Amino acid sequence: MEKIIVEVMPKPEILDPQGRAIQGVFNRDGHELVLGVRQGKRFEISVNGPITDELLDEIEELAANVLSNPIIETYAIYADEGDGE
Amino acid sequence: MTTRVGVITFPGTLDDRDAATAIALGGGEAVPLWHKDKDLNGVDAIVLPGGFSYGDYLRAGALASVSPIMDAVVDSAKEGMPVLGICNGFQMLCETGLLPGALTRNENLNFICRPELITITNTKTSWTNFFQPNTELLIPIKNGEGCYQISDEGLKNLEAKGLVVARYNNNPNGSKNDIAAICNEAGNVVGIMPHPEHAVDGLVGAGVDGLGFFWSIAGVTV
Repeated sequence: MEKIIVEVMPKPEILDPQGRAIQGVFNRDGHELVLGVRQGKRFEISVNGPITDELLDEIEELAANVLSNPIIETYAIYADEGDGE
Repeated sequence: MTTRVGVITFPGTLDDRDAATAIALGGGEAVPLWHKDKDLNGVDAIVLPGGFSYGDYLRAGALASVSPIMDAVVDSAKEGMPVLGICNGFQMLCETGLLPGALTRNENLNFICRPELITITNTKTSWTNFFQPNTELLIPIKNGEGCYQISDEGLKNLEAKGLVVARYNNNPNGSKNDIAAICNEAGNVVGIMPHPEHAVDGLVGAGVDGLGFFWSIAGVTV
């Protein structure tokens, strides 16, 4: 099955307290080289049929308007190279 | 004539009954609406109540904001119908774009549940016209994602146009400029993070400071 991947990240200027808490735990446990952690989301969208430009456009609209909030997040979209399934 | 105020229930909504009670105590008539409804049953105003619609999946308020009923809410709001989004409802209003900005995880990551002092800074909205400017109110907050964020430019615009409706006296969650509530430019759409509907009965709440929001919409004046 073909998949399209959407990755959503908090914008750099938006405070990410979850990422900061994770970083704090890493630092506490002695991983002093960890300078920062930011937490995002990855969506794997299975689609019916080959991944065409039109289909990518359709999913990109969902990525921009539903999966991400443009005020606080950025997104990246790409076709999964697949594992031959 | 009694103001009919629709209260929309989404899967995961918690505060629809409290909102209905508050509307009735304020002198209005609460009209239950369901998220799959397509029309608003002729109501005069809408409350989007608090809770965890769709379990806060994706982002708080994001999935509710694309519910079937929200097309009618957005259209009516743009035509001037008063809409009050409380807590999760505020998050929905931001997700639909009716209000600017976004609510994000509280700065200290705590879920905060306690009465907070807020100050009313805009008394021209459909939901705050009962109050005198700079009135202090004690209203409960209960949220994990109440940290109001907006771009610097957006914040300047809010402040320049007086669209901040209430500020926290002691910012509990990292919200920019202590913002607890905002409105659109027309003043008919208000989003508020604290819960005025939980402050309408002295026996079970932190006082009755929330009643003024519901008196405002019902047209009660001093």
